[in-house]
Amino acid sequence: MIESTSDDFSLDALRAGDKTEFARFVDAYSTRVYRLALKMLADPQEAEDVLQTSFLKAFQHIREFEGRSSLSTWLYRIAANEALMLLRRRRPELSLDEEPDEDQAPRPRQFADWGALPERELLSGEAKRQLDLAIQKLPEKLRIVFLLRDIEDLSIKETAEALNLTETAVKTRLLRARLNLREALSGYFAERLSDV
Amino acid sequence: MNPEQVSCKKLWESLSDYIDGELSEELCRKLEEHMAGCEHCRVVVDTTNKVIYLCHSDAQETEMPADVRGRLFETLHIEDYLKPKSP
Repeated sequence: MIESTSDDFSLDALRAGDKTEFARFVDAYSTRVYRLALKMLADPQEAEDVLQTSFLKAFQHIREFEGRSSLSTWLYRIAANEALMLLRRRRPELSLDEEPDEDQAPRPRQFADWGALPERELLSGEAKRQLDLAIQKLPEKLRIVFLLRDIEDLSIKETAEALNLTETAVKTRLLRARLNLREALSGYFAERLSDV
Repeated sequence: MNPEQVSCKKLWESLSDYIDGELSEELCRKLEEHMAGCEHCRVVVDTTNKVIYLCHSDAQETEMPADVRGRLFETLHIEDYLKPKSP
């Protein structure tokens, strides 16, 4: 075992079952785990299930944490696995590995220049709903990469560690996710151009 | 096309790395030269950046409801440590 602290938490205390330190850890990361699960699953009850299971597993397995990644990356790995397993249970007939795997990035087809729309249009209630819908429509293995990298601000390296992927695979999936989202949202925002 | 120039396809394939600042200076320069003469690619880069910003901003407003937090602390048997979240 190396290092006695990780992400400003005492690993020694966590491994010893110190509830004060564990509560501090839960407080620090619970909103993030909940947000990841909610964005991944679009179901508050399932998000709560993933939240609870993730921290239960973290508590149960903290002694096995070797410190090769940060504690937060380790927790995100647990949460991502829980969310992906739940998705697999929803659609057992389709393995996540069987999702179409196009190596080519999607070719952009929407070229409306909506970037200068006013903030009130870009972050309206309806726009936020469209953002959520677009994220939900991403294939799950692209969605999890996008959420970890662009929403939870993990680095490419941390995202790769959390998902047990190579950095190249993370970059490929991230590019596809970003371009897919842009294409989907450009369709919506292009229509708003005529309203302004 | 001048072999020194980049194509639209090259730009799209490099888009993520460009946005994340992971490209060499030379490739950045070539991409920016391309964008200066290609409105479509300029729009693709600009709107991709915007999508990332919007998704990130919107997500940061997500809060965990107080009752969810309460049940979490109970499940983990640390409810004695449940302090009110500061606004």
